[in-house]
Amino acid sequence: MLQFSFWDILSNLLIATQWTIVLSLIAFFCGGIVGLVLLFMRTSRIAPLEWFTKIYIEFFQGTPLLMQLFLFFFGIALFGVEVSPWMAATLALTFWTSAFLTEIWRGCVEAIPKGQWEASSSLALSYIEQMRYVILPQASRIAVAPTVGFSVQVIKGTALASIIGFVELTKAGTMLNNATFRPFLVYSLVALIYFCLCFPLSWWAKKIEGRLNVAR
Amino acid sequence: MSYKLQFAELLPYWNVLLYGLVFTIVLTIVSTVVGIAVGTAGAAARTFGPGWLGRIVAVYVELIRNTPFIVQLFFIFFGLPALGLKLSETIAAFLAMVINLGAYSTEIIRAGIEAVPKGHIEAGLSLAMSKWEVLRHIVLNQAFRKIYPALSSQIIIVMLGSAVVSQISAEDLTYAANYVASRNFRNFEVYLLVALGYLLLAMLTRSLLRALGRVIFKAR
Amino acid sequence: MSLVSIRDVRKSFGPNEVLKGVSLDIAKGDVVAIIGRSGSGKSTLLRCINGLETYQSGSIVADGIEVAGANTNLRELRRHVGMVFQQFNLFPHLTAAENVMLAPTVVNKVSKAEARATAAEVLAKVGLSEKMDAYPSELSGGQQQRVAIARSLAMRPKVLLCDEITSALDPELVNEVLRVVEQLAREGMTLILVTHEMRFARDVGTKLVFMHHGKVHEEGVPKEVFAAPRTPELQQFVGQVG
Ligand SMILES: Nc1ncnc2c1ncn2[C@@H]1O[C@H](COP(=O)(O)OP(=O)(O)OP(=O)(O)O)[C@@H](O)[C@H]1O
Ligand SMILES: [Mg+2]
Repeated sequence: MLQFSFWDILSNLLIATQWTIVLSLIAFFCGGIVGLVLLFMRTSRIAPLEWFTKIYIEFFQGTPLLMQLFLFFFGIALFGVEVSPWMAATLALTFWTSAFLTEIWRGCVEAIPKGQWEASSSLALSYIEQMRYVILPQASRIAVAPTVGFSVQVIKGTALASIIGFVELTKAGTMLNNATFRPFLVYSLVALIYFCLCFPLSWWAKKIEGRLNVAR
Repeated sequence: MSYKLQFAELLPYWNVLLYGLVFTIVLTIVSTVVGIAVGTAGAAARTFGPGWLGRIVAVYVELIRNTPFIVQLFFIFFGLPALGLKLSETIAAFLAMVINLGAYSTEIIRAGIEAVPKGHIEAGLSLAMSKWEVLRHIVLNQAFRKIYPALSSQIIIVMLGSAVVSQISAEDLTYAANYVASRNFRNFEVYLLVALGYLLLAMLTRSLLRALGRVIFKAR
Repeated sequence: MSLVSIRDVRKSFGPNEVLKGVSLDIAKGDVVAIIGRSGSGKSTLLRCINGLETYQSGSIVADGIEVAGANTNLRELRRHVGMVFQQFNLFPHLTAAENVMLAPTVVNKVSKAEARATAAEVLAKVGLSEKMDAYPSELSGGQQQRVAIARSLAMRPKVLLCDEITSALDPELVNEVLRVVEQLAREGMTLILVTHEMRFARDVGTKLVFMHHGKVHEEGVPKEVFAAPRTPELQQFVGQVG
């Protein structure tokens, strides 16, 4: 039987960690772009657009991420397209992320005093221009902390991609456990690596939030 | 798209799905109650307890909040037996959820406690109440009122997150869905139905918690 | 024998010495008015008396209990030493009556019915019989402060500490609170009040204490002290607030 040393286990886990990072980055950035589009729709005061985003958000926030992964994995196959776990995971995580980011950002937009909308519309700015030049520059300041905070949820969310067979950190842990029968060691290391990825972001988010509270 | 959705093929499995649904509901309720108790104790320790205890709780909170639930679950179910602690699937699932919600609710409740004006605590002490009486009758009461919405959201997040316990074969709603899919191969239909089931459950939980909040914190 | 005896108390916040050897004797039935500039240590002294602050040296004995003793039961002390705050500090989740009933039921283990009777009595005393079931948010500042006084009275304290209890009130609400305090004084309650109401200090107080830089700078019978302040600091202070 193949023997695994501690270093073999660790290096294998670290290699897989790269995929956790790649998947997290893609989900976060694609989710951010989709989320921004949704944010415009959500705050547009155009009823059908608002309704669509509301239902979209309700669905992606109100169902388990795991179900969303399954739905994308099996749903895309119905169109006769060959699905890889990679594709299903990217899509599901992107949509899931976008729903949460839209809600977070909407909260920040709504925290901007009404007077800012009124003042900018009295200057004859269109809705898009109001958002672009007046509202978002202010809202983005308070949005940084919760957005960074949510990136931690995205990293943790990618762990579920292991269930549909995408080989990232958690999946690598399971495979190594099956090969070595040292679950305590393997899962401790897996947890530790996640912690090293997430904790700095959590800490940073808290720091920005604190600074903002002092500034106000 | 030439594929035709066939929800009728799920009908024979209604009892399997119902069992899973009940399992998920019971698991959520029990771990919510215990998890919030843990969170309350943790928050009290962080704000009113001795420094060393507060630091231990802080480490616990950060460890849990910065690792995925599925890894916590695997650690408890696969990792702990290596130390001689063998748990059944259900107990492991329950434990993982309690530990997870305990950490998040510690943070939420702590924020609520810290929002209570210091003067209220001093007023309580000046009335000869002990630290714990002040905590119980004055601080927690106000804190829970303030953080109730945040706590409600966290309960729903934990409920949705519980889908993962299917991975250690705890027989929840997702486990039932996997089972049905493995029998009739109607994957998409099963998962869509169950996803909507979760959605309904989440919406229902939210309204129930809101109603409960109105009863507990009688409107003024 | 004095009810509260303060001997050479020193208290620092870090390097900042706030009380620099304060001594004071307060007998039963005294109404002590403490005046002085902002930052002179008035609040700190008051908070030391019921153990909300600790002090580094000296001693405070209230109702026979050494406040900073090694085995002091602060709870026992506070059952006899009540305190009313500038910011009222009513518990917002409880009605006026419930605010008053809380300590008797929790601390003294009195039955709800009995506590409610006490609440009715003390709330009547402060003129708020009809507001028993109102929440703090439904009361004016003056009413809230009167509930806070009633809340302390329900514990039947032997001494009541009042820290600028009218300073957070709109001017037109000050008098309704002062009248309640005056009534208590007339009934023989021992009161230690930090106040900026000079006329009240002179007319109601039996003893005036002027604090300056963490020390008792001057003390005596209010009317005499106000009529002829001995130290230039008090002369100046009286001239300013006058
Ligand atoms: N918790 C604290 N930590 C550090 N310094 C404090 C604290 N409380 C009070 N001080 C300092 O102690 C000094 C005396 O404060 P204190 O509140 O007793 O004054 P005061 O006479 O009541 O003034 P005021 O009329 O403004 O209420 C001040 O310099 C204040 O800054
Ligand atoms: Mg003061």
